[in-house]
Amino acid sequence: MKRSVMALLEASGIVKIFGKLTALNGAALTVGENEFHGLIGPNGSGKSTLMKCVAGAETPTQGSVRFAGADITALSPAERARAGMSLKFQITSVLPALSLYDNILLALQAQASLLDLVLSRTRGALHDQVMTMLQQFRLAERARDPASALSHGQQQWLEIAMALAAKPRLLLLDEPTGGMSLEERRVTGELLAPIKAHCSLVIVEHDLDFIRDICDRLTVLDQGAVLETGTVAEIQASRSVQEIYLRRA
Amino acid sequence: MAETGVAGLAPTAAGSTAPRWNVLPIVELILLALAAALPLALPDYLTVFATRVAILALFALSFDLVWGYAGIMSFGQALFFGAAGYGVALLGRDLNISAVLVLLPAGVLIGLAFALLLGGFLLLGRHPTSMIFVALGTLTGSYAADRLARGWYYLGGQNGIPSIPPMTLGSYEFEEGPVFYYFALALLVLVYLLCRFLVRSQFGLALAGLRENETRIAFFGYKTQHLKAIVFAIGGAIAGLAGSLYAIHEGFVWPNMVGVVISTQVVLYVLFGGSGTLIGAVIGTVIIEGVSFWLSDNYRDIWPIILGVLLLLVILFRPLGLISFVLSERERVGSFGVRSRKSSHEKVGHGAS
Repeated sequence: MKRSVMALLEASGIVKIFGKLTALNGAALTVGENEFHGLIGPNGSGKSTLMKCVAGAETPTQGSVRFAGADITALSPAERARAGMSLKFQITSVLPALSLYDNILLALQAQASLLDLVLSRTRGALHDQVMTMLQQFRLAERARDPASALSHGQQQWLEIAMALAAKPRLLLLDEPTGGMSLEERRVTGELLAPIKAHCSLVIVEHDLDFIRDICDRLTVLDQGAVLETGTVAEIQASRSVQEIYLRRA
Repeated sequence: MAETGVAGLAPTAAGSTAPRWNVLPIVELILLALAAALPLALPDYLTVFATRVAILALFALSFDLVWGYAGIMSFGQALFFGAAGYGVALLGRDLNISAVLVLLPAGVLIGLAFALLLGGFLLLGRHPTSMIFVALGTLTGSYAADRLARGWYYLGGQNGIPSIPPMTLGSYEFEEGPVFYYFALALLVLVYLLCRFLVRSQFGLALAGLRENETRIAFFGYKTQHLKAIVFAIGGAIAGLAGSLYAIHEGFVWPNMVGVVISTQVVLYVLFGGSGTLIGAVIGTVIIEGVSFWLSDNYRDIWPIILGVLLLLVILFRPLGLISFVLSERERVGSFGVRSRKSSHEKVGHGAS
């Protein structure tokens, strides 16, 4: 796939130090518009930390993150979300006591004004969007059930639906298929495919088959730094990845 | 607490047509009817006691909004309650003001101002603050206010400020008794309805998200610290209203009103009745105050021990409070979407029911 002329996300020179541990040591990540980008590497290579630095859950010790041409390194997670970035956590973080419907509505109304929220002005207008998201993720029949009643795989889908609800320009998924059955993984791939029309994706995943099936480009991290970046075919053909990463895996 | 609008049948799950009664509106209506009839059945001295309980229930609503709905552990809610009480006492003593239309708004503003000040300091830092920081910060604020009140001669020191004049509306003077009771009850119902509207609105859904997982909703774009500061300030304003009314009703204020004891008492009211349900806060207040009153009359020496054991038993074995005996978890959490309507999605339906 050709690279986009304008990168949507550019994280460069990212260093993250926790006490005496250097989790990231000059890592970089560039993602174009409507690109599905996989972030892979052995355990402890810094994938999730890089994801958190991009999303604002962690502040990099050094380096910068640019999104849609603007420097967002110092922005809070809420400000990044308002700029068009959305994250699905590694550990499922749906709101278990609320219904599926309310989980989606909560995500959809996040950027409404305080007055609109107090007066519930957008509730009616958002109804169809909520139901469309639930239908898209095959959860509409259980709209009124509490999220805690869903299986683990369905909770993962619900959280992806929540992350997509506000129509972000960039979706960050940290291990979305963790704990899923083979069938659920296949369906997850099907559910993600259509979003490419309007959204870029960065995905951290251990399932290399899943990554290969849906991603355009891959970045391989090792010991907190980028080992290789390129198309799926280039990464598959890379001797350094084969020798260093795949052998270790 | 769930907004249901009216008592009635509600679908229990998506696609389900099995009806189930919503209990909450029925409980609310029964309590309102009982409260309205109370002065007709009680002697005057008990009506005075019931007035005090109604005002304390108003105070409990303020804490429930902050803790039960937004998850902010305010261990110093009495600061706003007592500060407003002292405020109206000073207005009465130094400026000879007794007009209800001045005193009660002043109480609301004092509670609001103190909550904005303390909430701004505790909640609006660069990073979200931990629950323990807020709990200790509010507790310290309340303790400091208590010490200040005890030591400041202008505030009457240990003795507080006595002889607050009765509040007036035109030439009418509100004395203790049925009229004051109905006035306090009307304010309680009004604030209850306003809180009910708020917690069942989309703002209430944001509060539910805040309570359940603050970090998660920040990644949706919610300014969580602002949300917390706003609801903390609203809670302070309601506590201010309750505090000013309490001071006027009792006729004096004293340092305990801003201190840790009252701050803890309101936590118990809400935990006992059921936090996260407005009606639970009211029920908790009524039962704790009622049982205390009865026990202190009949078991003068050991009543605090009996009350303590009772509170402990409920909190240990019924952590969701007494209201959980009649209210399902589903109804307690409630739902926030539009009512079911005729659309292509009707068959799966959703609504605040």
